[in-house]
Amino acid sequence: MDSILEIRGLTKVYPGGLTALQGVDLDIRKGEIFALLGPNGAGKTTLIGAVCGLVRPTSGTIRAFGEDMRTHWRSLRARIGLVPQELATDMFEKVIHSVNYSRGLFGLAPDPAKIEEILRALSLWDKRDEQIRALSGGMKRRLLIAKALAHEPELLFLDEPTAGVDVELRRGMWQQIAKLRELGTTVILTTHYIEEAEEMADRVGIIQAGRIRMVEQKAVMMKQLGRTEARITLARPLAQLPGTLNGFSVSLTDGGSELSYRGGDGAGGGKAEVADLTKALIAAGIDYTSLDIRESSLEEIFVDLLDGAEQ
Amino acid sequence: MIVFNVRSTWTIYKREVMRALRTAMQSILGPVLTTMLYFVVFGAAIGGRLDSGMAGVNYGAFIVPGLLLLTLLTESTSNGSFGIYMPRFTGAIYEPLSAPVGVGETLVGFVGAAATKSLILAAIILVTATFFVDYTIIHPLYALGFILLVSASFSLFGFILGIWADSFEKLGVVPVLILVPLTFLGGTFYSIDMLPEPWRTIAMVNPVVYLVNGLRWCFYGSSDVSIGVSLAMTLVFLAICVGFIAWIFKTGWRLRT
Repeated sequence: MDSILEIRGLTKVYPGGLTALQGVDLDIRKGEIFALLGPNGAGKTTLIGAVCGLVRPTSGTIRAFGEDMRTHWRSLRARIGLVPQELATDMFEKVIHSVNYSRGLFGLAPDPAKIEEILRALSLWDKRDEQIRALSGGMKRRLLIAKALAHEPELLFLDEPTAGVDVELRRGMWQQIAKLRELGTTVILTTHYIEEAEEMADRVGIIQAGRIRMVEQKAVMMKQLGRTEARITLARPLAQLPGTLNGFSVSLTDGGSELSYRGGDGAGGGKAEVADLTKALIAAGIDYTSLDIRESSLEEIFVDLLDGAEQ
Repeated sequence: MIVFNVRSTWTIYKREVMRALRTAMQSILGPVLTTMLYFVVFGAAIGGRLDSGMAGVNYGAFIVPGLLLLTLLTESTSNGSFGIYMPRFTGAIYEPLSAPVGVGETLVGFVGAAATKSLILAAIILVTATFFVDYTIIHPLYALGFILLVSASFSLFGFILGIWADSFEKLGVVPVLILVPLTFLGGTFYSIDMLPEPWRTIAMVNPVVYLVNGLRWCFYGSSDVSIGVSLAMTLVFLAICVGFIAWIFKTGWRLRT
């Protein structure tokens, strides 16, 4: 698939000496939803800022749509949209004026039909004549998305798009983002709601301390790093594991009254092993009263990966 | 190749002018009322008792250029600084910074709007002043040019202040603590020739003296300083502001991290 954004050796050292990005290499493919995950201060917003012209990189190159951002910034910025993390806009302005302003700022002629389409899609059309300060937090966040879409960008950055948004609205925004992908817009979103990445992203990148730790297809990442976890509550506690269970990744927990399994590959391989484990328990005459089995989430993979990197 | 995005510029300009109209009570009526009070107190009330006038002109008429300039300097600076400081303060600056607009479009948009507001103020003040004092403008085209030049220069100066300031307090410091005193001491209410030495020589260091006298020459054809020197000083100030802003955009000082 074609790269729409190529970042090579991107480094940003702030004047105070803080290194926010350290030699970041990243390729974003056309038409995908890419989730950049990382803890606070990992460099997510700095990375977005460097691409969008808000941050001056210390070194490295950024190419978008095959051209260098430094030399072709005008034509490239016109094709890139940004939804910032903060609710940053003139709160006394009317919704419709604010969105029209965003379109005009990017050099496009007024297009009332397009603006209406965007505002309707984001359920803001009825609020078009309201001052922004009168909108709810969720509406303000959707307005920022409307402003970013006003110039019809091909590449859209969403910096923590659902921060502070309730669950219902968050799901609504996920649907909007999915629609954007259907229209061909490439979306890069940063989030620390892992569920968000799990729900929407095609690929996931993990950034920590200014370095990209991993970039992978979400499904591949889940398969490679995911695990099956099972907890088997025993009818009678065991003092030690019987030898027949030696081949399984199990351990006794909760004073010997529970058998914990953690293994597999995140693609369901663990489930078959748990089935074998239960057969082995029955064969060994070990009775159990309940069985709880689940696949590890992207969040656990993320936490494990960061913990591993820190150690 | 020089690229200039007219639509983006117009968008910034229109929004800034609309913002001023939205706050017309504060940004237009306030300064007009203040200036009118000066005309009433100093021009009509006190000036009416100064039979000899000043520099050959009725005192009420004499202070018109100075008061007009006081408004132009303070309002241009205030408008220019507020226009760029507010988006910096709210974070909305991300939009123009991430848009395909460069220094030219940003300056013409923000500074042009600030200067426009000052020109609207100047026009209102000149019209309403006719109700309180009799004045003439001998060189109307020069006056228009000079007012344009001063508005643009101090809107640029305000733009620099708006980028420099990191608090509302700093935003107000320069207009209140520097510009207003310099204007009052720059011959707004009197002729510099009235000052004894060494105060007269010291007064000539005040750059506002050249601005007040430049505008006074446009009104009455005579002033303490030649119009050539006044124009030259204003152009130098304009050039310094443009150069500084070009440096700001080149380095990203206080705009881009």
